[in-house]
Amino acid sequence: MHFQVTIENSGEIFRCGEEMNVLEAMEKARCKGIPVGCRNGGCGACKVRVTEGHYVKRKMNRAVLSAEEEARGCVLACKTYPQSDLSVNVLGRTWRAVTAHGGAAFSFAFTTTAQVSQPDKET
Amino acid sequence: MALTGVLRPGHVAIRVLEMEPALKHYRDVLGLIEMARDKENKRVFLKAWDEHDHHSVVLREADEAGMDYMGWKVDSPATLKKLAGDIEKSGLCSNFSWIKAGEHPETGERFRFTIPTGHVMEIFAEKKIVGNNCGTDGENLNPNPWPDGLHGIAPSRFDHCLLYGDDLDGTIKLFTKVLGFGIAEQVMTAADKTFMIGAFLSCSNKPHDVAFIRQPVKGKFHHASFELGSWEKVLRAADILSRTKTSIDIGPTRHGITRGETVYFFDPSGNRNEVFAGGYIYYPDKPAITWYDETLGPGIFYHDRQLNEAFLSVFT
Repeated sequence: MHFQVTIENSGEIFRCGEEMNVLEAMEKARCKGIPVGCRNGGCGACKVRVTEGHYVKRKMNRAVLSAEEEARGCVLACKTYPQSDLSVNVLGRTWRAVTAHGGAAFSFAFTTTAQVSQPDKET
Repeated sequence: MALTGVLRPGHVAIRVLEMEPALKHYRDVLGLIEMARDKENKRVFLKAWDEHDHHSVVLREADEAGMDYMGWKVDSPATLKKLAGDIEKSGLCSNFSWIKAGEHPETGERFRFTIPTGHVMEIFAEKKIVGNNCGTDGENLNPNPWPDGLHGIAPSRFDHCLLYGDDLDGTIKLFTKVLGFGIAEQVMTAADKTFMIGAFLSCSNKPHDVAFIRQPVKGKFHHASFELGSWEKVLRAADILSRTKTSIDIGPTRHGITRGETVYFFDPSGNRNEVFAGGYIYYPDKPAITWYDETLGPGIFYHDRQLNEAFLSVFT
């Protein structure tokens, strides 16, 4: 059975079978809205909040997805399997892509999807 | 004996979310040999085929991915005691403890400490030598070049880790001034040529036994790497990864840093692995190679000449 997944941030819509995880279906559909990292529930790059719909999920790295976040409907797209049409809001991973040195920031060629913000809670 | 003190990376302990898929990956796809299980602590111990010591990879089932610790084999119990004292006296480390013999199977006591970048490290002197199963008339007698029964990618050894952490200066000081490592290659900022972003450290003739990159995090794991004998074996490894639908990060390609030929991929818990070939012979008197941040792209991925999005942001 196939369902429709909508990425709210990019407006992209793609189909996802119930046996396929949301991230893999997105990659197969050549959509780009959710950042792709390890694809295996470890790095947190593909963190989204499901705003509409039902899903099942598999075990995810607790260091990048807290129990509180999970209770609020946050998941890693690579470990999420639709049970209905879904609508998702991309959170991604927000490690700082720049490192401060003596007040001056330097960046090393990495500014695309990672937003410059406070790192996730240390665990 | 010319190579003394810290001899090599002896083991890496990796947390996995589920043991069964992890074992399928590390044993059946990567091709490590399962050596022992510890049901009580949900651990499995494995080794690569050409390693003589009992194990080099420890998998532990946990709620978080990442690295528990990395262990270093030193040349003798006397060196273990001396280095443990030096590490404590250095003022650079914390959380010291002695892990009793047998806590890892077939392994002597280990001294455990946390380094400035937040990683847990151990040193140990004794682990049972089980051999590489190549001998024809007894262990190490008239050996074949490789043993029967290899499967999967089958690297020869666990080779090194790349780790991410904040206090790079403290960790580099520990490894170079206390543990006797040399800097084979370093990455500095072009704006301030004294500010280090990364260092590739050797305790042997390898271009790196461990590497660190400065990131605003504590104790993070970028990858554990395993050695293959040739570029063609790296290509074959990537064939196996594709055939088994393993998540490939990048490659096969070449690193500018260390010159290694490489493919990066992920275990089923999102921990990055590497298999690589090549590199060069490092000696303690070899001048350090320097890269600047503006050339980090070809330094890491020599053909693409730019970092992929995952290199700096995807780790466990």
